Amino acid sequence: MTTTESKAPAGEAHARPQADHADRAKSLVQRIADLRAWLFLAALIIGFEVWARASFGGTFILNPFNLQSIAIFAVAPLLLAVGQTFVIISGGIDLSVGFIMGLAAVVAAHAINAATASMGMPLAVLLGTLAAVLVACIPGFINGLLVSRLRVPPFIGTLGMFGVARGVAFLLAGGTTVPVSNSFFATIGNGRVMNVPYIVIIAIAVVLVMHYLLSQTRFGQHNYAIGANPQAARRAGIDIKWHQLRLYVLSAACAGLAGVLYSARFNAGAAQAGEPLLLDSVAAVVIGGASLFGGSGTILGTVAGALVIAIIQYGLVFVNVEPFWQFIGVGVVIIISVLIDQAQRRFSGGRQDE
Amino acid sequence: MNDAVQPLLEVRNLSKNFGAVQALSDFSMVVHPGEVVALAGDNGAGKTTLIKTISGVFRPSSGEIRIKGEPVSFTTPQEARDKGIETIYQDLALADNLSIGANIFLGREPMRRALGFLPVLDRRTMAEAARETMAVLDFHVSRLDAPVSNFSGGQRQAVAIGRAVYWNAQILIMDEPTAALGVPEQRKVLSLIRQLKAQGRGVIFISHNLQDIFAVSDRIIVLRRGVTAGERRISETTHDEVVKLMVGG
Repeated sequence: MTTTESKAPAGEAHARPQADHADRAKSLVQRIADLRAWLFLAALIIGFEVWARASFGGTFILNPFNLQSIAIFAVAPLLLAVGQTFVIISGGIDLSVGFIMGLAAVVAAHAINAATASMGMPLAVLLGTLAAVLVACIPGFINGLLVSRLRVPPFIGTLGMFGVARGVAFLLAGGTTVPVSNSFFATIGNGRVMNVPYIVIIAIAVVLVMHYLLSQTRFGQHNYAIGANPQAARRAGIDIKWHQLRLYVLSAACAGLAGVLYSARFNAGAAQAGEPLLLDSVAAVVIGGASLFGGSGTILGTVAGALVIAIIQYGLVFVNVEPFWQFIGVGVVIIISVLIDQAQRRFSGGRQDE
Repeated sequence: MNDAVQPLLEVRNLSKNFGAVQALSDFSMVVHPGEVVALAGDNGAGKTTLIKTISGVFRPSSGEIRIKGEPVSFTTPQEARDKGIETIYQDLALADNLSIGANIFLGREPMRRALGFLPVLDRRTMAEAARETMAVLDFHVSRLDAPVSNFSGGQRQAVAIGRAVYWNAQILIMDEPTAALGVPEQRKVLSLIRQLKAQGRGVIFISHNLQDIFAVSDRIIVLRRGVTAGERRISETTHDEVVKLMVGG
């Protein structure tokens, strides 16, 4: 492997060590920037721990109840954010995920109620879940068509779908919440094994699959390429339209699953289930290191981003600060995160996206 | 050149019109193995129309293209690529955030099975191919996992050429490959072109820079308003003559 490097022509030799040096400095800065979400996370945990001990002598992070609550708290925004990660890396954005989640929550509640009447509870849950995720894929499919075939900017196309999904979800719910009567569903939503809630296990499984999809498959590789240089991707023979269509369906499916888990947890479907989570999902992706210009980001970064948001929100409640500080906390982290991204870009140069 | 050798590329009486506009008329040229043919001409002379027709972006209105004696007709650039015609675009068709290997394999990534069943990207094969390909072009990069945005303009040009070489392109069309580069980088690209030539590939080299053209080309074809204004061997012509052909003196 290294033998050819040492055989490099003498004429080039003077330039290479210098370039390597710069490379190394660059990659160090890049690595720090890539890990910023984890650094935020560590800082927040330490900060809240110190705060908790100083103000009432208790522990924050070593308390299993707190860990569980934070994990449950993070499930829905995380599921929205992993789908959003794919879309943002490709250079798009999906504003409709919040209400697609609400739509799926309502459909899951209705479908499971209807199915429970005529079959066993677990089967009814399975069918209801499938129905809800499939229904969630419909607005995703339309988003994909709008963006890929009709060249509607993702911001506008998915904003339109935000409204459509919201309206349909409230209509289906009859303007109220839809209670579910299926004890198996309630167990999934609230049960736990060895103190780990089922919905957290489900979310971890989804995260692993999505991480694999993004980092180890052609689909993921093409997603990065399209986000960096769509023209290059097209010239390399990648079918961008087909890719985008699948992308928005994927994002919607994640939101659909989040909606199902919401209904399981609260034993009821609500159209407004995901209303506050859209911005959290985008924030998690950005804090996790993705660029809104497209081309960069990782699922693991997004996980860290979602945990940062969950810990800020839960931690501030835990230390008894007025809840409105949550918004300020999350906002400040988003801004710092983007500033780090910009600084890294300037430092590493090379990229010409103004 | 040597007429006994089968030409790699033959263009015969090619015409292309867009409605009433005759962009190219009755144009003919040949490219032999190991030959660099320069295309020169003012803006609007028909160079771009010509290369886009050869590379499958446009369909010719009339005329014929032959590769190694066999008539071909392309409906997409992909078909041209499959026949060994690769175009290196001026604006570098690279994904900046991906490694050299990932760029070489973009759209046709190799896969392997992890743990015996799970298909994953075969990054080692990609890195290995990247290293070998870049070594063939006499470019030695130390960090094969780094995104190509970390490299200089000349190195990135080499990556684009490397991709064509890896997929065994026989005819490379290079549209202003030196335009955006500094002088040392320009030299590097010219030496890349000489390497392609030494490997027996055919190169169609488009440039506004006569110095570059004279440095690497075997022949030059000057286009003016869609027709051939003249064709010369580089060894038998001068800058002045070429300029006169271009402006129509």
